[in-house]
Amino acid sequence: MPVVMKQKSAWPDRIHAVLRDADVRQVAYVPDAGHARLIDLCRADRAIRAIPLTTEEEGIALSAGAWLGGERAAVLMQSSGVGNCINMLGMMRECRFPVLMLVTMRGQWGEFNPWQVPMGKATPVALASIGVVVQEVDDAARIEETVAAAANLAFNGSVAVAVLIGQRVIGAKNWKK
Amino acid sequence: MKKRSPNLERRKVVAEILKDRGGALIVPGLGSTTWDTAAAGDHPLTFYSWGGMGGAAMTGLGLALAQPKRRVLVITGDGEMLMGLGSLATIAVQETRNLTVIVIDNEHYGETGMQQTHTHHGVDLPGMARAAGFCAARTIYTSAQLRTWIPRFYRQPGPLFASIKVTTQYAPMILPMRDGAAIKHRFREALLGSKAFE
Repeated sequence: MPVVMKQKSAWPDRIHAVLRDADVRQVAYVPDAGHARLIDLCRADRAIRAIPLTTEEEGIALSAGAWLGGERAAVLMQSSGVGNCINMLGMMRECRFPVLMLVTMRGQWGEFNPWQVPMGKATPVALASIGVVVQEVDDAARIEETVAAAANLAFNGSVAVAVLIGQRVIGAKNWKK
Repeated sequence: MKKRSPNLERRKVVAEILKDRGGALIVPGLGSTTWDTAAAGDHPLTFYSWGGMGGAAMTGLGLALAQPKRRVLVITGDGEMLMGLGSLATIAVQETRNLTVIVIDNEHYGETGMQQTHTHHGVDLPGMARAAGFCAARTIYTSAQLRTWIPRFYRQPGPLFASIKVTTQYAPMILPMRDGAAIKHRFREALLGSKAFE
């Protein structure tokens, strides 16, 4: 179905446009295959500083500094990185810093690697436990509005928000390729 | 390797660094360095930290990128820095000219019973920063070295790193404000004016 295929390939471009519209200037990331296109778009965008991290909680602390300095940040990661962020998210909640996390899910739809399943299952629960608003999206057509709504809530409401982009959208990893 | 005993006192070191802070933005780590910066004089452009261990250098990076015309000094402890070693690599990649990371290194975890940290056993933080790609990184043992380096902390293109060896002598806890949201708002208002509340 060509229409569906087009939507699938375009959602990272639409997230990039949403981040620009929201005036996000710092985009930190630990790479994930699901975020590869978005990372490329951010790296190529002169209005955005792309910041590769060694571990995800660096991006949370970076978001605090960005906000202190009057800029907006977003953090891209895979679900396995969410667990690394929990204590730093405690600081964000105490200080009521905005946080915008865009998380590509593993361990869900058609997962081949059993080691991804525990953190994948724990991701929404762990985030909720430290006070992050979790918005799950499983339909490529709804990603743009979900990220826009999450950015609005994060930056205008001064809360931490995570958008979980379902593995169904990204597609299960093909291990035979 | 023969170990050199520290003789600098942390409170005097931090007071000396902050004496002429000008418009610099200060990010202390949690625990002792937050008490040290508070003891040097309360200031709205100090983002006191009571948690988020391992994040001070990264908070400094986000701030330095957002405020390229201001100097940002992260002043943290050896234990806090050891928890965020990867951030040395992340900072070096960004080539942030206005960022200085200073470790007040007493080689112990001061808030939890004075257990030795890795630096006590020879782990060389400036060596790690240099290997990551910091422009300059140095261990400071004496007040003469400190006097030479303080102007560099504020002016030399970074990222810069310094580990200042200090004694474990007890320094009374000087507690600054504690409410995280209040510390954040005060900092942003002092830096951004009315834009802080837009």
